[in-house]
Amino acid sequence: MTTVSQAVTPERISPINTIQHGLIATSRSLLRLRSNPAEIIGLTFQPLMFVALFVFVFGQALMGSWQDYRDFVLPGIIVQMVAFATIGTGMTLFTDIDKGIFDRFRSLPIARSAPLIGAVLGDLVRYVLSLVVILVVGFLIGFRPPGGVVGTLAGAGVVLIFALALCWIWVYLGLIAKTAMTLQMYAMTLMFPLTFGGSTFVSPEQMPDWMAWFASVNPVTSVTDTVRGLMLGGPVAGPFAMTLLWSAAIAVVFFPLAVRAYVRRT
Amino acid sequence: MPAPTAAAPPPASIEVRGLTKSYGDHRVLRGIDLTVPRGTVFALLGPNGAGKTTLVRALATLQPFDGGTARVEGRDVRTQPAAVRGLIGLTGQYASVDELLTGEENLVMVGRLLHLGRARARRRAAELLDRFDLTAAARRQTRTYSGGMRRRLDLAASLMASPPVVFLDEPTTGLDPRSRRTMWDVVRAMVADGTTVLLTTQYLEEADRLADRIAVLHGGRVATEGTAAELKAQVGRERVTLTLARPADLPAAARLLRAADPQADPADGTLSLPLHRTDDLRALLNALADARLPVTAVRITAPTLDDVFFAVTAPAELETAR
Repeated sequence: MTTVSQAVTPERISPINTIQHGLIATSRSLLRLRSNPAEIIGLTFQPLMFVALFVFVFGQALMGSWQDYRDFVLPGIIVQMVAFATIGTGMTLFTDIDKGIFDRFRSLPIARSAPLIGAVLGDLVRYVLSLVVILVVGFLIGFRPPGGVVGTLAGAGVVLIFALALCWIWVYLGLIAKTAMTLQMYAMTLMFPLTFGGSTFVSPEQMPDWMAWFASVNPVTSVTDTVRGLMLGGPVAGPFAMTLLWSAAIAVVFFPLAVRAYVRRT
Repeated sequence: MPAPTAAAPPPASIEVRGLTKSYGDHRVLRGIDLTVPRGTVFALLGPNGAGKTTLVRALATLQPFDGGTARVEGRDVRTQPAAVRGLIGLTGQYASVDELLTGEENLVMVGRLLHLGRARARRRAAELLDRFDLTAAARRQTRTYSGGMRRRLDLAASLMASPPVVFLDEPTTGLDPRSRRTMWDVVRAMVADGTTVLLTTQYLEEADRLADRIAVLHGGRVATEGTAAELKAQVGRERVTLTLARPADLPAAARLLRAADPQADPADGTLSLPLHRTDDLRALLNALADARLPVTAVRITAPTLDDVFFAVTAPAELETAR
């Protein structure tokens, strides 16, 4: 062994390196998922439960036919479940930092943002997993979207775009939260109004004016309406534009905030 | 180590000048000066809260500092942090390994982040796992590892790129004696390979056994610095303690040896005096024998780093008086 460093020691880290480092950190997230079967069960069971509860408990009462409600609510549940899965990204990050693994990353000559990008890209797999579970369960109980395979995949893609933006809020909160409890509290107070106060489970037309107004500006409504349009038929362009706008806005605000919080956190 | 030119001082691997760091009103580091020659072990010794960890984190680019300069292998920590990160390995107080990954996966991940490439990362990981006695556990999740195994894996991760400088922040805190010794062997092997090691420790024995030079950190300053022998010499020299066969002889013996400034302890029947040279001991015993004052036991005590540590860190007034 020699004392000469074998590592590349650049003064500046190129964007290509950043992506490369991000992808390596991604493979870490995947390895972790494989080593943690409990999490896979959790990721699968929650969507399954939500589909069953909403379709069979509320279906008949809300629309007079659980089949009609199934078609209406499934796109909503997809959006809600994937949005919930983004919370996990913040939670994982919080534990990682708590346990010191990020000190290792930060003392390596890699892009500062690489571990964050890796955490997010790795979690994309988890988002896809919950999405697939809902679609499979939906299919088993007779969900046959008129949009067909193309419409369904397109809808899934839209949800993932939104999730990739939304998760930066959780990355940021995961970095600034002092305890896991605080983070949990942020999750409840932010995600419940967002995912229920929209077109997710009922049409905003049936809500009182002020709530309907909230639902109309809620990004979750835009995403749900886009997915519904793609899977079931209906207007897509308007809500899709709003979805992109919201996603871009969230990412533009929270990505830099997250990176800054990460660099500052000692 | 043979120097190429006798007069040239060994090149410094780590150079710290006037480094300061405050958290609000709390001045953690009040102007640290250190020079660590290449290929040596330097120990930062100090009580809890002395600023050891803050200093190591500052040198490892993890912690911005307020004033002064720090260079690692000639690179400025403040202005060339990426270059410094390419030259150092860091093992923190808490083993930073991914619990859900196996030992091997942890090392390969770090290796790939260091651009070793998949194949080379695997080879290097296997090499280090073998060296740190972890080959049998390589394919196990690290959450099943003992504290000592985790710490060794963490150190292995910092060595993936064979960095010329390694920082060890309390590498053996919380380890059992056997694991501690294994860790020491590992550090010695690293230094034998030419690595420069800066370690922090609360254990005097550790500093004594491992370090070429020791700095005692106290109140954010280097209270004293030198080799273990130099530090011990600061607090005093060796002493010899003689137990007399008849305690009643004590006054007579003290009179006989009064030139050597003896201290009599009537309770134990012992006489203790400083020892300047080992030859003095023979003269001492001969003199007592000639005077028919028999001695039953002779004990020589060297000052320990404990003495240094307490002498340097105990008086708080000393700090404020400066």
